[in-house]
Amino acid sequence: MNPRVFEMRAAGRPDDPAKWLAALALAIVVPVFFAGSYALGLMTETLIFAIAAMSLDLLMGYGGLVSFGHAAFFGLGAYGTVLIAVKLGISAWISALCGVGIATLGAAAIGYFCVRMTGVAFLMLTLAFAQLIFSGAVKWRAIGGSDGIGGLVKPALFNSSLADPLAMYLFTLSVFALALFAMRRLVESQFGHALVGMRENETRMRAMGFATRRVRWLAFILAGFFAGIAGALYALYNGFISPDALSWGMSGMLLLMVVLGGAGSLVGPAIGAGVFLLMKHFVSSHTQHWLLVVGIIFVGCVMFFRQGVWGMLARRGGSAT
Amino acid sequence: MSLLRVENLNKAYGSLVVTKDVNLEIAPGERHVIIGPNGAGKTSLIHQIGGQTRPDAGRILIDGVEVTRLDPERRAQAGLARTFQKNTLFQRLSVFENVRLGAQARFGSTFNLTTPARALPHINERTQAALTRMGLEKLAAETLANLSYGDQRQVEVAAALAGDPKLLLLDEPTSGLSPAETRAMIEVIKGLPRRMGLLVIEHDMEVVFSIADRITVLYYGAVLASGPPAEVAANARVREVYLGAGLADAAH
Ligand SMILES: Nc1ncnc2c1ncn2[C@@H]1O[C@H](COP(=O)(O)OP(=O)(O)O)[C@@H](O)[C@H]1O
Ligand SMILES: [Mg+2]
Repeated sequence: MNPRVFEMRAAGRPDDPAKWLAALALAIVVPVFFAGSYALGLMTETLIFAIAAMSLDLLMGYGGLVSFGHAAFFGLGAYGTVLIAVKLGISAWISALCGVGIATLGAAAIGYFCVRMTGVAFLMLTLAFAQLIFSGAVKWRAIGGSDGIGGLVKPALFNSSLADPLAMYLFTLSVFALALFAMRRLVESQFGHALVGMRENETRMRAMGFATRRVRWLAFILAGFFAGIAGALYALYNGFISPDALSWGMSGMLLLMVVLGGAGSLVGPAIGAGVFLLMKHFVSSHTQHWLLVVGIIFVGCVMFFRQGVWGMLARRGGSAT
Repeated sequence: MSLLRVENLNKAYGSLVVTKDVNLEIAPGERHVIIGPNGAGKTSLIHQIGGQTRPDAGRILIDGVEVTRLDPERRAQAGLARTFQKNTLFQRLSVFENVRLGAQARFGSTFNLTTPARALPHINERTQAALTRMGLEKLAAETLANLSYGDQRQVEVAAALAGDPKLLLLDEPTSGLSPAETRAMIEVIKGLPRRMGLLVIEHDMEVVFSIADRITVLYYGAVLASGPPAEVAANARVREVYLGAGLADAAH
């Protein structure tokens, strides 16, 4: 494997804006032909999970911190959105913003403890906190318990409403584009470079004067913020939320998307989300052993292409990343 | 006021005493060399000054400010930089980035989330200057892991210099270098600005006597002798430890 890839990803490279514009145009035009179909829903869902997977990639790919509890922030964003809209009867737009705020605060609180660790200890602690929130949601009847809670009224958007699949898709696409832009900017910033340095050698970073624990904490909060955005979108999309969104299965799925697409590239995990959901929808309709297939894919990824789908495509294309 | 002041420092690993009642003082701009046999506790002392290891007892002051309990990053922010005896670098990053992060640590703003790191002229200039001083310009774009051991040693020093420290700790900067590389390293060290205080651990007596203003000899964790080179070379106990091996000759 070419070691240069690690930095190229982190440092970014001059982009061809035309490529991005073309991708965006395609993403806008193609679904118009699918309007109202099952595929459009799948694409919306893919974009939502792509944001969540990219947010986990900030921690995993750039910070070298494998979180097994990232569903907590996705779930907090989603629960916050549904609960505030339903219980307080206010606009879902405002409740979605509150949901993102709750996820961010949750990440700040949980991260405060988790960032004292790295490696396996970090992984276990994130899992433990996420399980805590999960069991809270399951037990607490007032927020629906294990049945979850629904009844979110889809908000209006211009002349349409998010109840319209095409409007929901286009809105999600805009949020996705903004989130991707923001996260790319982030990983190319001084903060992003410090994050990568910390992943590579923390002793050196500290000796040079970086407060690495604070770097880790901010990365954790930012990852929670973006996961919260994905969760809020998920709530707006479904109008319903259950503890599944907080479960370790959800955390594991996000991890898998990152690994499948290629950690440390942002675009990779977004593609990983798409590949994963596509496989899930097709494989699960053919066989009951869906999880077995997932397991095999995971092992295959780890053993044969550690840089994921995106890393492989990039190498084929002859350019790193 | 001294740049660095170490008072009655003590450190033991179980029954192994690695630092024993060490007192040390470095004046601003002074070039101080620590010598001593393998296992004497030289690296352990540097780790305690750098903050990588906590002493059991004693005090460490930089510019009169006590840093004994501070984390390494706080000491670095106070103007201390160091290299490691065993290369401690970013193996998968470029040479440029290895050094650039050293400059960013002191002169950048790490919690800036939007400005691209590569687009900061003042950081890039400092990085370039440090690379040039170490003769690494041509290797800037290379991945660190592809460099020879000797070149990696130079990157260690370049990364420390990029932060323009007041006090620079070098742990065996010439270990593993070829004779030619060693001579180049001596020249670099001698050419460092005098505003920078230096604490260097070194084995090569030629290097020791060509850079030292003062020398401290460590032996089983304790200071055996400390003073100007000629005085230390003439010290009977030091000569005993080194069996007179070339120490006195090298002084002349
Ligand atoms: N973390 C540690 N735990 C136990 N023993 C250590 C540790 N670090 C160093 N030592 C021991 O302390 C002694 C001094 O080591 P060191 O400071 O590296 O010596 P020097 O740099 O002078 O060769 C050695 O015997 C070494 O094995
Ligand atoms: Mg040593």
